[in-house]
Amino acid sequence: MSVDYILELDNISKYFGGVIALNGVTLRLRRGEVHCLLGDNGAGKSTLIKTLAGVHRPDEGVYRVDGRPVAFASPRDALDLGIATVYQDLALVPLMSIARNFFMGREPQRKVLGTLRVMDHRLAGRTAVDKLAEMGIHVRDANQIVGTMSGGEKQCLAIARAIHFGARVLILDEPTAALGVKQSVNVLKLVRRARDQGISVILITHNVNHAYPVGDTFTLLNRGRSLGTYAKHEVARDQVVDMMAGGAEMKALMAEVEGTQASCTAC
Amino acid sequence: MTGPDTSTRSPAARDAPAVSDERVREIGALQAFLSRPEFGSLSGAILVFLLFGLVAGDSGMFSAEGIVNWATVAAFLGIIAVGAALLMIGGEFDLSIGSMIGFAGMMLAIPALYWHWPLWTAALFTFALCAALGLLNGYLVIRTALPSFIVTLAFYFILRGLSLALSTMLTGKTILSNNEGLALRDLASGDPLFSALFSGHVLTRFFDAMSSFGWIAGKDGGGALAVGVPKVIVWWLVITAIGGFVLARTRAGNWILAVGGDASAAKNTGVPVARVKITLFVVTALCSGLFAVLQVADAGSAAADRGLQKEFEAIIAAVIGGCLLAGGYGSVVGASIGALIFGVVQIGIGYTSIDNNWYRVFLGGMLLAAVLFNTFVRKRVALGGR
Repeated sequence: MSVDYILELDNISKYFGGVIALNGVTLRLRRGEVHCLLGDNGAGKSTLIKTLAGVHRPDEGVYRVDGRPVAFASPRDALDLGIATVYQDLALVPLMSIARNFFMGREPQRKVLGTLRVMDHRLAGRTAVDKLAEMGIHVRDANQIVGTMSGGEKQCLAIARAIHFGARVLILDEPTAALGVKQSVNVLKLVRRARDQGISVILITHNVNHAYPVGDTFTLLNRGRSLGTYAKHEVARDQVVDMMAGGAEMKALMAEVEGTQASCTAC
Repeated sequence: MTGPDTSTRSPAARDAPAVSDERVREIGALQAFLSRPEFGSLSGAILVFLLFGLVAGDSGMFSAEGIVNWATVAAFLGIIAVGAALLMIGGEFDLSIGSMIGFAGMMLAIPALYWHWPLWTAALFTFALCAALGLLNGYLVIRTALPSFIVTLAFYFILRGLSLALSTMLTGKTILSNNEGLALRDLASGDPLFSALFSGHVLTRFFDAMSSFGWIAGKDGGGALAVGVPKVIVWWLVITAIGGFVLARTRAGNWILAVGGDASAAKNTGVPVARVKITLFVVTALCSGLFAVLQVADAGSAAADRGLQKEFEAIIAAVIGGCLLAGGYGSVVGASIGALIFGVVQIGIGYTSIDNNWYRVFLGGMLLAAVLFNTFVRKRVALGGR
């Protein structure tokens, strides 16, 4: 194989009882690329990322990491190989500080008086502020409560945390879904920055406008099947929109709206 | 619990960082002070001290005996308030605290008086039993995923019923102080380990010295009228210090805040949620056990109806101390200050001409004010809304 793939899903199928959630999907993530996974609700995006993250085991097909087949028993196994997933709930606690959230579950410790192990708040605070600054987020105080941050900043905090704890592959589940325009741009900038650091990214979204500027490759999902993977130079933005489920309906709707407006101005 | 919907926040909140650095720092300092979870209880305590200083300043309430009097009440409550606060910050309640106190007291007295166990063994047995019950409470809450309110409400009744039923069955009585020539008070003073830990006072010589200098009131035959600092107060201070340290400074503290703030987020980042919560139930139960042992040592008796309503008082102290009912936020030191307010008001009212019944009215009002204040602080300061 000439191309260096960090993750490969080969002909993956996943069934939930009688429901075919994924039907022979193939997805290959090159090292250091931003791979956008596009699809409407129910296309199978969630099942696919949960398979990648080790939550689900595929019923058919092969999952390879660094070219070797893997069978994850839990998300922990995926994390150990550096595959980190940032879900939409972000796993942040709003009432806790940035530093406390950043190191939640993995608190740095130091010893006082030789034996007593305490949390190293100074190290935690400094690291959190530094890592966020690397991502272009400047916070005044690591003791700031996360609930006071904007949605975009929270998203960036969750991503920075995943990178700090050794993510080689970042799976981002609709990171811009709840954000305004400006904040979405910040998050997308962060995705680029992560890629520049050599991290491979799978970006799940149903917003082509967000996917197109940062993506290197696009895979389209529809009703559990892959409609193919396209490199950016192979495909124009409008084609991506057309291929996505709902693209045609959207056009029809636009035409209808414009039509009614036209008829209204006429009457 | 999820974060606030930031997309609906007012433009003013989003524009806040745009003001000049100088002003930001000024607001930051004020906010930091206001958003300390202890702020409410501290200002409440100052208010209460001012109030009683004015109304009962010359009544002896602030003499050595007076202070020991209300500090003892505060200390007993403070011990269980620390447990309740940690548990509440961890996102759970324990309504069985009061019943546990009654039950633990009987489980100390029965082995000592009727089975002739050494008192220290009986105390060890009591603590082991409390830990086991805390474990059971926590395990049931975690396994059933039912609200801890319901599970511990069941134990509120079970343990109270058991205290009465078991003591009637085994001893024919519900108040135990002596049996066959054995008296709890003598057993306590005769057991060096038990009495060193749980009964009597510390700093007695210091108090005697102070009275000989005429700084505090003395007895006719010499020695201070206030014997010393009761050990329950020492326990209170030690437990508050440990609880406060663990919450603020350790990895376990971070886990407690995390499981209370958002259990699923905590779980997703690798915090052992079940273990943390079950441990908190055990700690709360052990605090109830300590309360019971100290009370038996202090009163020289155990009774099946001890600890009535203590669960509510502990929870109120925790709430006055700045703990959010929803969990994830609060202070151990604040809860202890909440307990102090209790002690001052409960005993202080007796030093004034105010009818004792107003105590409960005051408590209810205090609770309501504290909850409103906490909600206000959380919305306006901690979460940055304006």
